[in-house]
Parts: sequence; C-alpha cells; structure tokens
Amino acid sequence: MARIALLLLAVFLVECCHQAYAAIDAYPFPDDELRLRHNALIDELRCPQCLNTNLAGSDSMIAKDLRREVHRLLLEGKTNEEILDFMHQRYGDFILYKPRLQPGTLVLWFGPLFLLLVASVVLFRLVMSRKAEVTNLSAEDSRRLEELVGRK
Amino acid sequence: MTVNKSLLIPLAVFVMLVTVLAFGFRLDDPHYLPSELIAKPFPEFKLRDLHDPDRILTVDDIKGSVSLVNVWATWCPNCVLEHPELMRISREEDLPLYGVNYNDESPKAIGWLERYENPFQFNIVDNKGILAIDLGVYGAPETFVVDKHGVIQYRHVGPVSREIWNHEILPVIELLRNQAGEG
Repeated sequence: MARIALLLLAVFLVECCHQAYAAIDAYPFPDDELRLRHNALIDELRCPQCLNTNLAGSDSMIAKDLRREVHRLLLEGKTNEEILDFMHQRYGDFILYKPRLQPGTLVLWFGPLFLLLVASVVLFRLVMSRKAEVTNLSAEDSRRLEELVGRK
Repeated sequence: MTVNKSLLIPLAVFVMLVTVLAFGFRLDDPHYLPSELIAKPFPEFKLRDLHDPDRILTVDDIKGSVSLVNVWATWCPNCVLEHPELMRISREEDLPLYGVNYNDESPKAIGWLERYENPFQFNIVDNKGILAIDLGVYGAPETFVVDKHGVIQYRHVGPVSREIWNHEILPVIELLRNQAGEG
C-alpha cells in the first residue's frame, strides 16, 4: 500500500515538474555562456500575453516566438542591454520584470524607501514619547516605583 | 462625548485601503498593454503575399493612403467574430485594408478567406511572427491605423466591432484625412 502511495506521489511530482517546465525549447548554443544568458533573459522578461509569467514559464505562442527572438539576438552577438531594449521598444514597460528607473516608476523604486522612512519617524516619535512619560515621574512617584519593583 | 482618537486610526486605514482598491480595480483590462508604436513608422518587412507567393511585400506597399492593417489568423476565434465588420469596412468605407496572416499555415489561411470572404487588398504572410514582434503584437486580432506616410497612428487590440469603428477608429481616420486636406 505504501509503495503504491509512493509511486503515485512520484508520478504526481513528475507530472508537476513536467508542467512547470513545459516550455523548454531545444535551442542550440555554441557555448554555455550564451545558454546561461538566454536562460537569464527569458527568466527576466515577462510574457506579454500572460499576466504573471515570464517567457521561460509560458507556453503561449508569443512567448515561444520571443524566446526564439532572444536566441536569435544572442547569436547575433547582441548584449543583454540591447536585447532588453529591443523588447522594451516593442512591448513597453510591461515586458520587464525589473522596471526601469524613470518618472513613471519612481513610486515603485522609492515608494518602499519612503514608507520605511515614515515608519521609522513614527516609531522614533512613539519611542521618544514613551521615554518622556517615564522621565516625567515626580519624586514621590519614582520613590514608590522603586519600592514596588523591590529595589529598596 | 469624547472619542479616543487612536480608535479612529483603523477606520482611517480602512478608508484609505478602500479608496486605493477602488481605483485599482477600476483600471482598464489588465491584459491591455499600451502600445509603444503610436506615432512611429510601421516596421520594415520583406514578406510574401499570401495569394501570390512570388510577390514580396514591403512597407512601401502600405504607404500612400490612410489604411487599416489587421493582424489575423485562422486559429483566432475573435478574428471570425470581427470579420463581418471588416467586410463592411471594405465595402462601405473608402479605405484599403491589409492583412497580416500571423503564425499561420498559408493553405489554411487561403481556405479561411474563401470561406469568410476576403476584405484585404493583400495579405502579408508572417508565419514566423517576425513582423508581429516588430509591431509589438501579443495576440490576434490587432488592428493598426497607418497614415499615408506609413506612420502608425492608432492601435486596437481585440476584435473590431461597429462600436469600436465608430468611436475609436473612424475619428482617427477623419482626423488624418482632415490634416491631409489642410496640408
């Protein structure tokens, strides 16, 4: 029984992986460096038809075509930057998972930093105000406090 | 009655959240990508004519007058949906239509046009999706309004309906014609 369960699990896992990597094409590369760059680029580019899948993970026609284009451009000797530009010119900001630094994306880049700053200020003021409460004890109160915590 | 002000903070956060989400959900179709090609020249290409494979078409073939370039395929259900409107445009409007047969098989495409009729002056065979990538196409159908100098002036993603024609495409075409008339 346990064996059957294990077998089913194995089949299930194989099937999962098979689906996750359904979109592998056998593109020939002259060397491993180009292959690695190809894989990195198709990881970083977003499939224009899908809402949240990269080119590497999509089975759609356009993703297939764009993977082929990335392969072609790499063989032509284009740099990563040139390839990202090529895609950006045609498909816009949508295709880049790593948004470029430009007026429209300032909020994306600096929003979190801004929030961190605001949170720090709020936290700082909160902590400071608490400190103030404690130091504002009258002589009588601080004597009582010390008594209560058992220092005397 | 006095209210503890800190109790209002969750309410304020909630109101802010509702406001942000209300705007977020009112954004247009998330599948819609703004086009990068408006006001840019139609990309160069050298591709065969669907019905006359010996003829090589280039971007010069679509210049000369305001035209519609429609990207279509036999595998695309919305292309069937928009087809009657394209047929109407080809009959009633004084405007050439050019087809880009996208990632398709030519015999199938020819059969499709026989079955549904052919609204296009010619069809550019783009069976590898090369021109489509240069156009930033990510599905079919897509329709481009190209002016007489071969500059893309408008792009519509999805099927062209009578409403889209009246409210989105026709105004662009009229504007282009008026400009041409004045110039």
